Amino acid sequence: MSQVQRQNIQGNQACALGAIAAGCRFYAGYPITPSSEVAEVMARELPKVDGMFIQMEDEIASMGAVIGASFGGAKAMTATSGPGFSLKQENLGYAAMTETPCVVINVMRGGPSTGMPTRPGQGDVMQARWGTHGDHPIIVLAPASVSEVYSETIRAFNLSERFRVPVIVLFDETIGHLLETVELLAPAPESLDERKWANGDDNAYLPYGETEDLVPAMARPGDGFRAHTTGLTHDERGFPTQDPAIASRAVARLLEKIELHSDQIASYQTLHCDDADIVIVAFGIVARAAQRAVKTLRAEGIRAGLFRPRTLWPFPEQALLEAANGAKSLLVVEMNAGQLALEIERLCAGRGAVHRLNRIDGEVIAPAEIADAVRQAAP
Amino acid sequence: MNIAPHISAEQFDIRDFMRLEAFPHFLCPGCGHGMALRALMWALYENNISMDDLAVVTGIGCSGRLGAYIDANTFHVTHGRPLAFATGLALARPDLHVVVITSDGDCLAIGGNHLIHSCRRNVNMTCLMLNNEVYGMTGGQVSPTTSATRYTTTTPGGNHEPVFDACKLAEAAGASFVGREVTMQVPTLKDLVSEALLHDGFSFVEIISDCTEIFGRKNQLGDSAEMILSQKAATRPDSYGSKVDTPFRPNPLPTGVLARANRPEYRANLVPAKQKELGGG
Repeated sequence: MSQVQRQNIQGNQACALGAIAAGCRFYAGYPITPSSEVAEVMARELPKVDGMFIQMEDEIASMGAVIGASFGGAKAMTATSGPGFSLKQENLGYAAMTETPCVVINVMRGGPSTGMPTRPGQGDVMQARWGTHGDHPIIVLAPASVSEVYSETIRAFNLSERFRVPVIVLFDETIGHLLETVELLAPAPESLDERKWANGDDNAYLPYGETEDLVPAMARPGDGFRAHTTGLTHDERGFPTQDPAIASRAVARLLEKIELHSDQIASYQTLHCDDADIVIVAFGIVARAAQRAVKTLRAEGIRAGLFRPRTLWPFPEQALLEAANGAKSLLVVEMNAGQLALEIERLCAGRGAVHRLNRIDGEVIAPAEIADAVRQAAP
Repeated sequence: MNIAPHISAEQFDIRDFMRLEAFPHFLCPGCGHGMALRALMWALYENNISMDDLAVVTGIGCSGRLGAYIDANTFHVTHGRPLAFATGLALARPDLHVVVITSDGDCLAIGGNHLIHSCRRNVNMTCLMLNNEVYGMTGGQVSPTTSATRYTTTTPGGNHEPVFDACKLAEAAGASFVGREVTMQVPTLKDLVSEALLHDGFSFVEIISDCTEIFGRKNQLGDSAEMILSQKAATRPDSYGSKVDTPFRPNPLPTGVLARANRPEYRANLVPAKQKELGGG
């Protein structure tokens, strides 16, 4: 078997193959449109690599089983959409609090509630960041093509293992079901991150101790550390505490852990931002329409640029500020009522107008619409 | 008080298996959960199960806090979900002994779905459901096993809802091992837990525990000794068979091993499908 496989596959399939390439060996899921193909491919492929697939009784149990498998040392994943993503939130918070690596795929569909299951949307930007209660760390990635779904799913596992944090891969139904010919590059084994496991003197081991990189080593059951894991606010030993100083530090470290490494997590792409009068900000499938719009606008002499975040959370703040440095205004285009726009407005406050183009009707935004919006917004 | 002589205390010292640094424990005086914990630790000891290879998964509630005192790999997870977490852990790590400690609220209310599907799947693990008829941690609200007419903070006029029989539920859902015991007889409970631990597949044990401070006090059920005596008096050990010899043996609550089935463990059914897939392509 060659290292590179050319295949004509859809995003959901690429996601499953990326997960397996990243070392995922446990999948628990529950059927939901438009993400079910991820589970179907995992059910077929995981046994071939001695992995374990299980369809659980509900979305909540799937997330629980994924975290349970990760306790045991397996790289584990689940995939869902809209209503299912809402049900994942409680256990996602548990994974963040206990620093248990796991990857959650959210193939976004249209609308709140049951919404439009077979239509695309980008309405979960804020839920992906703030869906579970309390101040918690989380990483959210947003691929824009089938090929990128593959590579970003691999990156999701690497970041999750490296920083012991749940990672969400957010793409919409369009990309999930989009067929593209892609080259599936098998990652070199040394490029795959493995969790830092506790070893050595078990008496000195602190399951949630302070380390330079703020990422403590995890105790693998059976290795003799006999650690305690709890979603209760815990001290460095892992036992519940209500001591204000310890509680404050425990939560602060979780947040600082991501902040400290944000340069390793940030990922983005820019197009013609250097001399742009107006910078379009878009992610996922919308960014591909925006790319085309930029080309059209440039041909007309309108100096438009594109900033496409591949990492949504933590948002690549510095990169955006640099990209938008010379621009007179920005246009945030998204298939929701304006969620990422809130973050862009916050970051670019006082630097010029932030315009919006939104659709919430289950339709993708076409290049022509974006070009029109730019023409109207341009001074 | 004299410890029953048949407890071989000179051999089994529960302190050897506890995280003493986590003490003092937070259970109320008279709580039956400590006896359930003792029975579990004793059964583990008798079966030579290493604490290194033991994973205890607990939910939320008073029962959920027991894990912190056990010197093993312990996971205190979200409310109602310990069976879901344990399923993932047991499938990823079949080398571990997985024990779930849950309770009437955790397992039958918020976690009811996970219970019935765990029974059906038969993944190898032992589920101990500590039933004290009440949500004790949150101050004494009605649970799915609160007896009729009992007072709780959310049934100020007495409970009017019917109860779940957890063992019948587990058996009907396909559990391959179902048992029930009271906490008063720790050695008997230990033997039952021991059988459950040795069972290959999903084993479910309902442990009738007592919440003296909150449930007992509100319903004037007496102190802990009185409560566990009345619990014991309400049982019908399996040695009685199915006979209800009114009025001499009117007791409604069967105890002991209530159901046992030789069903293949989850993985046993999985392997042929895997081989077929590998060979067939």
